[in-house]
Amino acid sequence: MRSEPYSFEPPGPSQAVLVRLAGFTRVLRHHGFAVGLKESEDAARVLSSDAAQRPLTLRAALKALLSARRSDWEQFDGLFDAYWLDRGRRRVVRITSNPDATAISTGGERKAAGDRQLEAGLAEPVAGAAGDPSAEANGVGRMQGASRAEQLSKTDFRKLADAESIAEAHALAARLARLMRTRFSRRERARSKGRRLDMRRTIRRNICHGGVPIERIWRRKKRKPLRLVVLLDVSGSMNLYTSVFVRFIHGVLDHFHEAEAFLFHTRLVHVSPALREKDAGRALERLALLAEGAGGGTRIGDSLATFNRWHAAAVLNSRTCVMIISDGYDTGTPAALAAEMRQLARRCRRIVWLNPMIGWEGYQPSAQGMQAALPFVDLFAPAHNLQSLAALEPYLARL
Amino acid sequence: MVMTREEISERLAAAGYVADRELPIVLQLMEMLGRPLLLEGEAGVGKTEVAKALAAVHASRLIRLQCYEGLDQSTALYEWNYQHQLLAIRAREAAGTDPDAVERDIFSTRFLLERPLLAAIRRDDRPVLLIDEVDRADEEFEAFLLELLSDFQVSIPELGTITAQSIPRVVLTSNGTRELSDALRRRCLYHYIDYPDVERETRIILTRVPGIATGLALQVARLVEGVRKEELRKTPGVAETIDWAAALVGLKVTNLNDAPDTAYDTLRCLLKTQEDRARLTREVAARLLGRVA
Repeated sequence: MRSEPYSFEPPGPSQAVLVRLAGFTRVLRHHGFAVGLKESEDAARVLSSDAAQRPLTLRAALKALLSARRSDWEQFDGLFDAYWLDRGRRRVVRITSNPDATAISTGGERKAAGDRQLEAGLAEPVAGAAGDPSAEANGVGRMQGASRAEQLSKTDFRKLADAESIAEAHALAARLARLMRTRFSRRERARSKGRRLDMRRTIRRNICHGGVPIERIWRRKKRKPLRLVVLLDVSGSMNLYTSVFVRFIHGVLDHFHEAEAFLFHTRLVHVSPALREKDAGRALERLALLAEGAGGGTRIGDSLATFNRWHAAAVLNSRTCVMIISDGYDTGTPAALAAEMRQLARRCRRIVWLNPMIGWEGYQPSAQGMQAALPFVDLFAPAHNLQSLAALEPYLARL
Repeated sequence: MVMTREEISERLAAAGYVADRELPIVLQLMEMLGRPLLLEGEAGVGKTEVAKALAAVHASRLIRLQCYEGLDQSTALYEWNYQHQLLAIRAREAAGTDPDAVERDIFSTRFLLERPLLAAIRRDDRPVLLIDEVDRADEEFEAFLLELLSDFQVSIPELGTITAQSIPRVVLTSNGTRELSDALRRRCLYHYIDYPDVERETRIILTRVPGIATGLALQVARLVEGVRKEELRKTPGVAETIDWAAALVGLKVTNLNDAPDTAYDTLRCLLKTQEDRARLTREVAARLLGRVA
């Protein structure tokens, strides 16, 4: 069927196909795709065009239409094949390791999808099956596994959920956010003094003088707030201090205009989305789920490498201050850590390393990792509780 | 009239762009749905080239807006030519022209400086509008862009609303220095451009470097693939490959294995930092070269 894509009423796809399509968009949404009504509508148009003649072209067309970012783009082919071509079902069965959890999360939907398929009279109730790998792909499955293994760290984070200490941490973060100086950006703003004449605004201002430019408006660099990126070590050696800093990070994310937070131990986790939760208790709960492996060993170099490779481009800019909170005890090689630190230093404005061990009597930053990292650090300071963090205020403000 | 996929592929090839399998489908879809196309991919995989090729496919003009931090409406959309206006006012004052006429004249399109976005919607031949590296612009600009891309009209207080004569074909590219808003992503078709595989890269070299032998092109493509697998700070893009191939042709190399020293010395076309050069030692290069043969 060759349809006229531009005709006003395209010969729409059959009802059965539309129902299948609706099921597919549901599966996609389940996997974190942002598919709206407009997209579904356009997808229906694609289905009635000649792109739908072959599975491969249909897949490419729907992929371009329905994905919005690289992660979508990469998992689309698999989802498409599973749903429309009935591939990948066996894999799904193997992944579903936790029958209870899946029954809760997707059982209802699977049934609904199955019913719809019966109605539509189409083969293979794959919608439900394809819904399952979401558990794996989205990290839900991982989180379920983690929550059991990390019962310990969970309770650990919860201890700090008393209202008073949270308020204290927030107040400190708020003060810091105010203090940390803003930076000039390339974006310019009109001011009464400045470097360049702003013609548009000057003319507008002087309309009352008959167009004679008596008052002049200038352009000046706009100030933008400093962005703070916190990398917190939550390995076993940091156990004593983790709670304090998690509270602090929560406050930072709340008060800084631009801030991101990561936890690391043997690997790196981006925790900003979880910590942005307004309710502190809920945020800590989500955090506990994410902090798989917390309290174990540390691989600072590897974690920084992950950061540099995958997150740096998105969260670092020339106005960013990176704050690393760690004792510097690293199980990786110092050379690797130094290389990553060098790369990090190149991409951000300042690196602050807060080390809780400095507070201890007779402590020398002799850990090999610490030695390797020191040359790239702009401020190396002690911090083991909120008081010592507060004492750092003037230094941090000057960065 | 919507072109078929085959026609698009043919015209892309004629324009000198070697597309991956999916791109023609995406371009056809773009035509069919009238949505902008968002291209992402590492630096140097030819995102901008897609827009140029698209302009060639439709034989239309390419209008390019390069985004940067601090880009604002007066550089992206329009600006009045104030100096020109002031001069005109003075000149007409001296001549004693009717003030109303002066006023009408001053805010006519004659004194309007068209910037890329306005230029794109004022043309009636459906130009290709390339908004390059949209992630470098500020969030404010992105919001404004979103509005423009949905309405295709601009209001200039002194002139009134200008509605697009024809909807331009819009291509946006992003390097991922900042996460784009979901709203913008959702409005666009999405295509991720990866580094080409050996076969496609060979074809690219053959179309882009005149006078290169097929054997050498294949060797270059294979070696570059090997270099990309090394842990480098700046992975070489397609543009670098083409540079290198052109350099080899210029130095009259016909087989990399015959001239390993020249090959190594010209590798600097691919490696753009001191660190990467240090990492790709003669030994590593020899190993890669050995695999290519």
